[in-house]
Amino acid sequence: MSKPTIATGHFTGCFGCHMSLLDIDERILQLTELVEFDKSPINDKKRFDRMVDIGLIEGGCSNDENVEFLQMFRDNCKTLVAVGACALTGGVPAMRNTVPLRECLEEAFLSGPSVVDGIIPNDPDLPVLLDRVYPAHEVVKIDYFLPGCPPSADAIWAAVVALLEGREPTLDYELLKYD
Amino acid sequence: MSDNTITFTIDGKEVQGVPGQKIMEAADAAGVYIPRLCHHKDLPPRGHCRLCVVKVDGRPKSSCTIPIEDGMQVENDTEELNEHRRMVLEMMFVEGNHFCPSCESSGNCELQAEGYRLGMITPTLPYIESHREMDATHPDIFVNRDLCILCGRCVRASAIQDGKTVFAFEGRGIHKVITVNAEHGLGETLMDVADAAASVCPTGCLHTKRLGYTIPVGQRKYDHRPIGSDIEQAAH
Ligand code: SF4
Ligand code: SF4
Ligand code: SF4
Ligand code: FES
Repeated sequence: MSKPTIATGHFTGCFGCHMSLLDIDERILQLTELVEFDKSPINDKKRFDRMVDIGLIEGGCSNDENVEFLQMFRDNCKTLVAVGACALTGGVPAMRNTVPLRECLEEAFLSGPSVVDGIIPNDPDLPVLLDRVYPAHEVVKIDYFLPGCPPSADAIWAAVVALLEGREPTLDYELLKYD
Repeated sequence: MSDNTITFTIDGKEVQGVPGQKIMEAADAAGVYIPRLCHHKDLPPRGHCRLCVVKVDGRPKSSCTIPIEDGMQVENDTEELNEHRRMVLEMMFVEGNHFCPSCESSGNCELQAEGYRLGMITPTLPYIESHREMDATHPDIFVNRDLCILCGRCVRASAIQDGKTVFAFEGRGIHKVITVNAEHGLGETLMDVADAAASVCPTGCLHTKRLGYTIPVGQRKYDHRPIGSDIEQAAH
């Protein structure tokens, strides 16, 4: 029987959750025994070409490209897990949500103290920013949530192992953290 | 057994108390923890937050305010009540701007700790993204109103323990906020960082300046042991 497959995706986050996944240390060897990595920034595979068993996604949705890719993850992953505060609540990037988007852009690109001859970027190749940063579950259906900023390597390990063994991921007291 | 003893049950376990005791008080003394946020052991109960709701003979009641009676059957740690409590917590999270990763109180916060204890994984309701005015006018204390859960502990502590009435509520419903008894902020009041009111806030709303992030992760109040463990262990 072929190994179960895992995809990981990065959206509006800081890559810290991916770093935490790598932080499982030598267990990463065990993980590569247990699963096959499919599309992921870790192996730089860019596209889905088959259904993947488990998708882990880091980050919320702040632009149209995020939304499109998140939908692609949903369509191609049997089980989709939102990993980390950014995916769960929007996290630190969502701190902009209490300020109107135009004001954020003006502060960053026109009136900020270090701006000289500012212009708000509008190249057609740039993704279009959304009005606010959305948690992943407000965009697609999410099967499980893994809190933390980032979730500890032990929490990620516990969740992935549970999923591979066909159990619901549950976190012991010391692994359930919102920060 | 003296005539003065009241016997009742919590989740089937026999508990004894004395007349006048509230359910929560008697439960604490018996080593049974009931989740809570607005109640503080040094202050009179008010029943604001609804986290401590238990079922008394089948009917929901706030355990911090209801006195014990002989023979009453209290349900506390049931799946149904804990599900309600997780929903109450979720509502508190999304009503304020509770993003724990960027909060100075993280690890020592009672709201967060109740979430951990009750197994709230994450708020799933949409954040309302409130934008309430912050008050940094006091030299030693911040008021970050977005984190206020309107528990009223500061109101009671200031009035009863400090004799100052620095804090009050203003507005109704979703517009209700904590306010101070001065036109231009906390800095204009008699508030002192040594006051009882400065250290009763269960969240990061009333926060002492220059104390943020001083305790490393792993050594904070609720990193290893759930809130309420002290009560559960004291009785054993
Ligand atoms: S949850 Fe924290 S660690 Fe993960 S991407 Fe967001 S900011 Fe980075
Ligand atoms: S006050 Fe508590 S629950 Fe709210 S953000 Fe801070 S640590 Fe989290
Ligand atoms: S400021 Fe803190 S203590 Fe006062 S009502 Fe708000 S949450 Fe409660
Ligand atoms: S602790 Fe009883 S209602 Fe808040």
